[in-house]
Amino acid sequence: MVSGSIAGIGAGLAAIGAGIGIGQIGGKAMEGIARQPEAANKIQTAMLIAAAFVDAVALFGVVVAFLTK
Amino acid sequence: MDNKRLFTTKFFNVTTVFALFLLFISVNVKATVMQDTLEKAETDTAKAAAHGEKELDISDVILHHIADSHEWHFWGEGAHKVAIPLPVILITKGGVATFLASKHEADEEGKEIFTEKGTELINYEGKYYYPGPKNADGTYFTLDENKIPVNDKPLDMSITKNVLALFISVALLLIIFGTVAKGYRKRVGKAPKGLQAVLEPFIVFVRDDIARPQLGHKYKKFLPYLLTLFFFVWINNLLGLIPIFPGGANLTGNIAVTLMLALGTFILTTVNANTSYWKHVFNTPGVPWWLKLPIPLMPVVEFIGVLARPIALMIRLFANITAGHILILALLSLIVILKAVTVSLFSIPFVIFISLIELLVGFLQAFIFTILSALFIGLAVQDDHH
Repeated sequence: MVSGSIAGIGAGLAAIGAGIGIGQIGGKAMEGIARQPEAANKIQTAMLIAAAFVDAVALFGVVVAFLTK
Repeated sequence: MDNKRLFTTKFFNVTTVFALFLLFISVNVKATVMQDTLEKAETDTAKAAAHGEKELDISDVILHHIADSHEWHFWGEGAHKVAIPLPVILITKGGVATFLASKHEADEEGKEIFTEKGTELINYEGKYYYPGPKNADGTYFTLDENKIPVNDKPLDMSITKNVLALFISVALLLIIFGTVAKGYRKRVGKAPKGLQAVLEPFIVFVRDDIARPQLGHKYKKFLPYLLTLFFFVWINNLLGLIPIFPGGANLTGNIAVTLMLALGTFILTTVNANTSYWKHVFNTPGVPWWLKLPIPLMPVVEFIGVLARPIALMIRLFANITAGHILILALLSLIVILKAVTVSLFSIPFVIFISLIELLVGFLQAFIFTILSALFIGLAVQDDHH
């Protein structure tokens, strides 16, 4: 019953990359906030923008996987 | 980003309760809808077993749910179907043909030719084509390798599900912001009241946390566009999460809609760009000359960057919202795939969890789309500091 194509593996690889990327962003943002709590708002905004860029790459992977199923 | 102000207001508590209520209803309705799909899946599987065909392709069902269509489907299949048929407007060879989608939906396999405005047409999987020569199995179309008919088709200008959803959300936005604007005109310099008080934090949020940091003193010119963008994307993300009638159309998960939104940002960026922006694109300062002169490497890279920004905007919103819808449907489909009702004990709470995340994603994507638009416009209009 379980079937699929190589595109599924590609989507998974994209998810690994995005996971590492978002992990790094989140971790560093937390370090930054811990060091300078008063800058939390600015760091959060920058963090979300950076996370959006990383997110998009993973979603490219998902879209390609869906289109070439 | 000053979120505290947003999350501590009384309004936000009310919204949360309302959202949870909507979510409860939505999960119930989705469960009913999936019940039908489950029954259909069982009958289909039984039929398929009888015919020796392959099983129901669940990814087809999911993609059908998130796609655009000529009807607003509620639940049920065949004779038990409950759906709103939408008007079809086709610009055919013989003139503009208009009819309700329910008129010619009996046959969706391209086996029956019908005539509208003196033009012969066939319906294949909800799309309208001109008939080709008749095949041995009674159909009038030929498929290419991607299973898409190669037949010519009339220009489809129908009021489809997504178009109707667009009309509904635009009407909602006009009503809401008409009221808010009236409130500001009536109470100049006074404290906001009612709907105006509800939306003021969000308008101030877009002004102070999106427009001003990115655009500086030029923010006033672009604030109307950014506010429109933010509220349009947000309200459509939220409507998309409601599976019953006014919502559930996956409008922001439609690449054509996000293309137009991204095109708006692209045009605004290009039209308002100053000379320093174009200088940075075509003759980047501080870059060695051999990267520009014999082979214009830097200008080409920079120019691709200019085009890639709106494309990334387009894909990001489309993929995020579509992925959210697919995720929710896929988790519910686990019940059908594994053919066990007990799976719902796991999948329904998980769907509630994902739906809550999608509420956050809906806001976040509207925010990100708006802040990136502001960032790109800001890059184009900022003063030269060199």
